[in-house]
Amino acid sequence: METFNVFEKIFGLNFLSALISVILPLVFLIIYALIAILGELKISAWIQERLGPMRTGPYGILQPLAEVVKLIQKEDIVPAGANRLLFNLAPYVIFAGSFAGFAVIPFSAAFVPAEINIGLFYVFAVGAFAVIGIVMGGWASNNKYSLLGAMRSASQMISYEIPGALVILSAAVLANSLDMQKITTLQDGGFWNWFLFGGPGNWTKIWIIPFTLLLSLIYMIASLAETNRTPFDIPEGESELVAGYHTEYSGMKFAMFFFAEYSNMFIVAAILTVVFLGGWTSPFGTFMGGFWWGIFWFILKAMFIVFIQIWLRWTLPRVRVDQLMYLGWKVLLPFSLVCFIVISLYRIIY
Amino acid sequence: MTTTKFVDIDFSKIDSDRMRLNVGPQHPSTHGVLRLEVELDGEVVTNVIPHIGYLHRCFEKIAENMNYQQVIPYIDRMDYISSMNNELPYVMAVEKLLGIKVPEKVEYIRVIMCELNRIANHQIAIATFGLDAGAFTPFLYLFRDREYILWIFEKATGGRLLFNYFWVGGLANDVYPTFKEDVLNIVKQVRKTNKEIEELLIYNKIFIDRTANVGILPADVAINYGCSGPVLRGSGVPFDLRKAEPYSIYDRFDFEIPVGKGEVGTVGDCWDRNIVRMREMEQSCRIIEQAIEQMPDTGDVQSAIPKKVRPPKGEIYFRCENPKGELGFYVVSDGKDKPYRVKGRAPSFVNLSVLPEISRGYLFADLIVILGSIDIVLGEIDR
Repeated sequence: METFNVFEKIFGLNFLSALISVILPLVFLIIYALIAILGELKISAWIQERLGPMRTGPYGILQPLAEVVKLIQKEDIVPAGANRLLFNLAPYVIFAGSFAGFAVIPFSAAFVPAEINIGLFYVFAVGAFAVIGIVMGGWASNNKYSLLGAMRSASQMISYEIPGALVILSAAVLANSLDMQKITTLQDGGFWNWFLFGGPGNWTKIWIIPFTLLLSLIYMIASLAETNRTPFDIPEGESELVAGYHTEYSGMKFAMFFFAEYSNMFIVAAILTVVFLGGWTSPFGTFMGGFWWGIFWFILKAMFIVFIQIWLRWTLPRVRVDQLMYLGWKVLLPFSLVCFIVISLYRIIY
Repeated sequence: MTTTKFVDIDFSKIDSDRMRLNVGPQHPSTHGVLRLEVELDGEVVTNVIPHIGYLHRCFEKIAENMNYQQVIPYIDRMDYISSMNNELPYVMAVEKLLGIKVPEKVEYIRVIMCELNRIANHQIAIATFGLDAGAFTPFLYLFRDREYILWIFEKATGGRLLFNYFWVGGLANDVYPTFKEDVLNIVKQVRKTNKEIEELLIYNKIFIDRTANVGILPADVAINYGCSGPVLRGSGVPFDLRKAEPYSIYDRFDFEIPVGKGEVGTVGDCWDRNIVRMREMEQSCRIIEQAIEQMPDTGDVQSAIPKKVRPPKGEIYFRCENPKGELGFYVVSDGKDKPYRVKGRAPSFVNLSVLPEISRGYLFADLIVILGSIDIVLGEIDR
């Protein structure tokens, strides 16, 4: 399927189309964050046999809005002895890092904010940006809990980027491209063409199906660690570190951390969707295919991944910091390395 | 204005590797207003000093100014999670001083209530222990079940947490007509949820990794520190006052003492202490079933309550198996209607003292798990 940017087609390659391409993901992100917060509340309630919020609007659907309003009203406290500049800057650095990733997320064949040929590399590079923000916030807070949280976070996110990157590398080898639109287009034609099931190709791909399944699982685990979600929410491990690196934050700055977390969840879900679940392509070939259905499929798949993240959060206990390192370096890394080698060999042979 | 005083310090001699961290009194995982002074080397705990006293309410002094029956509501507020179990040793101590024999029905109701409260206490212990390890959902499942037990208490006594139900010589009032059916339903529900919790939490790989081989308390250390209850039994010592020196009517029931066996790790680790609680709930269910079967339907629960509680001169120490360990009351009477002295031996207080011993050398996250596995209540520690 041919890919293009619909706004460039309508308005031409000018400032207006660029502006719309930037604003649209932000609008989407805000709406998504509100839905995801509500989803978190309602799914956790469903899992725990509670009702969740019920008073704000019918079935509590306005609860996220109420929470945003509450956070805006809150006093913005900078703790004594904090490094003001870094303290104030940190939440925005984290958010900028995660929002920058949206630049290359292909929502549909007709819409990707910036179609660059190293999209996958780019999204990984800016994703690593968040660590700086977390360390900044943790250090500048002048709080020992924040510092411990930030230190844990730095080691955790860097460790888990390596298996994650190896997974992406394997996918890039398989697709022969780092362009997210091209990777998606390759998987067009039905769910059996997804890289989850070895990607497009003849019967020979059955050799690599176990490895691609394993790779997607590794990426799922690594992405949980990268977004600091349970069972890897050690940097903000509530039971020991109170709230980790954002213990001292309140009001809108806390909201930015929160927002960035949900934004990151979507980014990793989007990468998983593009790389393994065929992005915006329809799982049933041409049925419900095309540009507009593409948006539906993409968001559906990504939201399903987000749902799994929420589901895991409310089911599993938290691992310990040394166990996390063990899992990252001694389990995920060797496995992803083996998968990478097998897939590279497969590409050479076939 | 304060003036800064510069002192000659040899900076090379300052211990800059370790960090001192104050955990609490306002902290999500200290189970109340406990303050832990933690010395950290990176993430490794090198020393822990518990600081207590934030919830001190002068229980023992107040008890000297109340008559014997009026002390009971204050005892409720010691270990507010298992108030029924708190009341039992005190009322039995005073009854023994007075030489009262309570009616059969009272004994059975007391045992049923105590065992129900033991289940409720262990549910909270396991729930918060799971929470310390990061699992939130089992917490709510267990609290949902505890709610059913509290409903029974509410119907029978009028209180959900603090009952004032056991009186010297009897009970505040008789149980309601459908009490037996309600209790048997609870037993069924508790067993069902426990099965679920075992799948969801106890045998979860992550949970085992977090709690097995962590905070190992050898049996000799536990005995030397005077630990009791699940903390002692988790180390493999089958000491339970209900069996060791049966009080009330506990010698009539058939039940076992679960001990830690080191199934997934070492004997005496956090997982063992937790599984002991899990299995004690099952044993409590067995006791309740037998008690319900044997309980006489008729009888006046207030027939033995004395008009005036005025024990003869003397002193007594009476101990019972609280969910948290050995709870004893030392009551001294000078022949007046007020006790001369009431001293409580709180199991949480003694069990907490072992914390520094077993948490050195573990990670900071483990410290929280170890503290959770001891299952303390600050109301009892500070009194």
